Amino acid sequence: MFLLAYYFDLALRSCRRSKALTALVVLLMGCGVATCMITFAVFRVTAADPIPWKSNQLFVPQIDNFGPVHDWQGEPPILLSYTDAEAFLHARQARRQTLIYGSKWTVLPDDARRQPFSQEGDAVGRDFFAMFDAPFRYGGGWSASDDDQRAAVVVISSALNQKLFGGANSVDREINLDTHTYRIVGVLDDWNPSPRFFDVSSTFHPFSHPRQLYLPFSRAIDLQKATSGSFYCSADAPNPDLPNWDSVLHSECAWIDAWVDLPTRADVENYREYLHNYAAEQQRLGRFTWPPNVRLPNVRQWLGLHDNHVVPKASALSMIVSVSFLLICLVNVVGLMLARFMRRAPEIGVRRALGASRGAIYGQFLTEAAAIGLAGGVLGLLLTTLGMAGIGSVFEPEVARLARLDASLLLLTVLVAVAATLIAALYPTWRAAQVQPAWQLKSNG
Amino acid sequence: MNSFRQIRPILAALRRHKTATLLIVLQIALTLAVVSNALFIVQTRIVHLSRPTGTDEAHLFVIRNEWIGQPDLPHIDAQMRADLTTLRNLPGVRNAFASQAYPFGGWGGLARIKLRVEQTVKPQLAITYFADQHALDTFGLALVAGRNFRADEIGSLGPYDKSMPAVVIITRDLAHKLFPDGTAVGKAIYLTDDGPSTVIGVVDRLEGAYIGSTTRSIDEDTILVPARYANPEGVVYLVRTQPGELAAVLHAAPAALSAQNRLHLISPEDGVITLGQARAQGYATDRGVAIMMAVVCVLLLLATAGGIVGLSSFWVSQRRRQIGIRRALGATQDDILRYFQVENFLIVGIGVACGAMLGIVSNLQLMKRYELPRMPVWMLMLGAVLLWLLGQLAVLGPARRAAAVSPVEATRQL
Repeated sequence: MFLLAYYFDLALRSCRRSKALTALVVLLMGCGVATCMITFAVFRVTAADPIPWKSNQLFVPQIDNFGPVHDWQGEPPILLSYTDAEAFLHARQARRQTLIYGSKWTVLPDDARRQPFSQEGDAVGRDFFAMFDAPFRYGGGWSASDDDQRAAVVVISSALNQKLFGGANSVDREINLDTHTYRIVGVLDDWNPSPRFFDVSSTFHPFSHPRQLYLPFSRAIDLQKATSGSFYCSADAPNPDLPNWDSVLHSECAWIDAWVDLPTRADVENYREYLHNYAAEQQRLGRFTWPPNVRLPNVRQWLGLHDNHVVPKASALSMIVSVSFLLICLVNVVGLMLARFMRRAPEIGVRRALGASRGAIYGQFLTEAAAIGLAGGVLGLLLTTLGMAGIGSVFEPEVARLARLDASLLLLTVLVAVAATLIAALYPTWRAAQVQPAWQLKSNG
Repeated sequence: MNSFRQIRPILAALRRHKTATLLIVLQIALTLAVVSNALFIVQTRIVHLSRPTGTDEAHLFVIRNEWIGQPDLPHIDAQMRADLTTLRNLPGVRNAFASQAYPFGGWGGLARIKLRVEQTVKPQLAITYFADQHALDTFGLALVAGRNFRADEIGSLGPYDKSMPAVVIITRDLAHKLFPDGTAVGKAIYLTDDGPSTVIGVVDRLEGAYIGSTTRSIDEDTILVPARYANPEGVVYLVRTQPGELAAVLHAAPAALSAQNRLHLISPEDGVITLGQARAQGYATDRGVAIMMAVVCVLLLLATAGGIVGLSSFWVSQRRRQIGIRRALGATQDDILRYFQVENFLIVGIGVACGAMLGIVSNLQLMKRYELPRMPVWMLMLGAVLLWLLGQLAVLGPARRAAAVSPVEATRQL
């Protein structure tokens, strides 16, 4: 402990002697680390696990109904056709399962003087709420029989509840959507997983356009409610003619998200087998002319598939650039540290001649590096705080809004600065420790 | 005195400072690789976001209207006709038409155009706007060949109908891609296999609704399809105002539509948007990336300059005795100055050579992931010249200090 204090004192003295060099290193580390931290703050928003406690048990069944000619180089589409989606739903091979697609609904307030407004909603199954742990403020989800009977029930968001009912308990009250009356069965608490993974592939917007309405999937299909999201029938060819709703439902076009809840490893294996058998059956029936090609990714793997979709290009690109920037700053610091340490070769020679071991030299110079790194980290903190205020003008506003400067980021800033400076100082320190006492004493005699 | 005569002693000296030399070379190389790629991205973004749409952007705005209560298609079609009459008769409005998309809107129809039904080569992609005889005047487009749509050519289209127009108007860019050797007017193209459409007019320039980079190569390949598209989801009205009337009409137009009946839903937040706003929103990311890259470039160049100053100063301080000896042996101050300048030039040169390769490799990697075009060589050269200048600027101070070393130093410390 005493030794560390002594080294620290030496470091301070050395910094006082070469102010410009010290300032330069601190500035470089500060800028490098701050740039990295700012972009990382944005990046981690997009790379976050939206449901960490369950991301290993929620899976997306994928099946190649496009065939090897029209799929993505062997990869099946990320959405399902209505045919397969319904088959998976009714097979009930998972503990819970739901289908999802997004669409827009018009809310007509009772009061005729209030303007109608449009809201984005997801058509889902009753298992949806339990699967994704959606928190309810009032009421709950609908029943299985509501699904079967295509009931006119709805779960609304707390924001919509605020807008329509001033935040009061609106369960069992009515709401007019697209000129049809629905019974409200539940009001959600504030809930906005980001990225909003469960409908990301069908709605395009993983970080914005929060859903305000959840209605039974079967009801939306009954109403011929078209999807407001992706709809494609091939990776390369134009969509076929679909003269009416029925032909949409019977087409091989993909537009539905499906999720299954598989709590145990055995469940996963069973489901995989089921998927394979299902595809084989379709081949046997002549619907597919290719062997089974199915996937069953979990949440993290699923978001990985969507890399280009979920992680905005600007944020990935700036992560690359800022890491390169830090790297270049580090190379710079290695050179400056080398200059700094070698300039003190005579001093090292004297210390070595007076009995200081190599280890002592290592201790002294690494302490100095750590101290400088710490100063760089503190500067980096300041710059990061400043930079976080301006990220809205550089990154997608919907993502930048979610980027936060929290304790872990602050700690990480300082840690990265100190660690990076220490790494940069390793080689210069090694060189310093190689200084031959006798040679230095002689030439400076 | 010829500077190049110093090259041999410089190389000999550098050999004794391998690590420091290597560090500067590495830094120059990395800087060049990053700066050239970043500048290239900045340049592509700036080119991209400063392109004109070809329309009278300053006087154009868009009304995004949704239909309430899923009215049937004849109902929607009738309402669209009524709305267009209302809009065109509003004071301050020059013209208006209905479509499904608008420039910078981010989404629109994609057409796959063939010249023959049985053609085996890939169809030409183009972005469609539904339009009528008022569209050209509303956009502010001039025909470079052919004629405008006639009122009787405007069809009615529902969401499940196939678009099979008898006539279309296309952009010059698309005309050139489809018919490189001649005029397009009067020629037949196939939007579907069921029947040909005759090109009746060519307009100079009109950007499609997409802003994403995946379709960037067809941004100016636009096709106007004469149809009123009755979509239960909603409709887009494009309105061109008289000069100076935009602000007034912006409020009057949605109010006039909503006043008719309770069929219209025009969001108060984003239902009405000027093309200027659409441009700013559509290119927000591009602009952000450009700003970010530019800032990093400046920081990077400053950091590199700082590094060169630091290491050069160190070298000068280490070589004071040698410099003194050279001075005592007759070298002038200019010789010493030149020595450090040439040394720096050489080191940066080696760095530039390595950096150019690194820059090309990273460009190729970025091309794979981000659909960037190939970086032109002049961008690397620009980066190289920048670094050479920067190096000379950075070394000037330390070199001056070296030149100021007195010959007496030769006798010190011995």
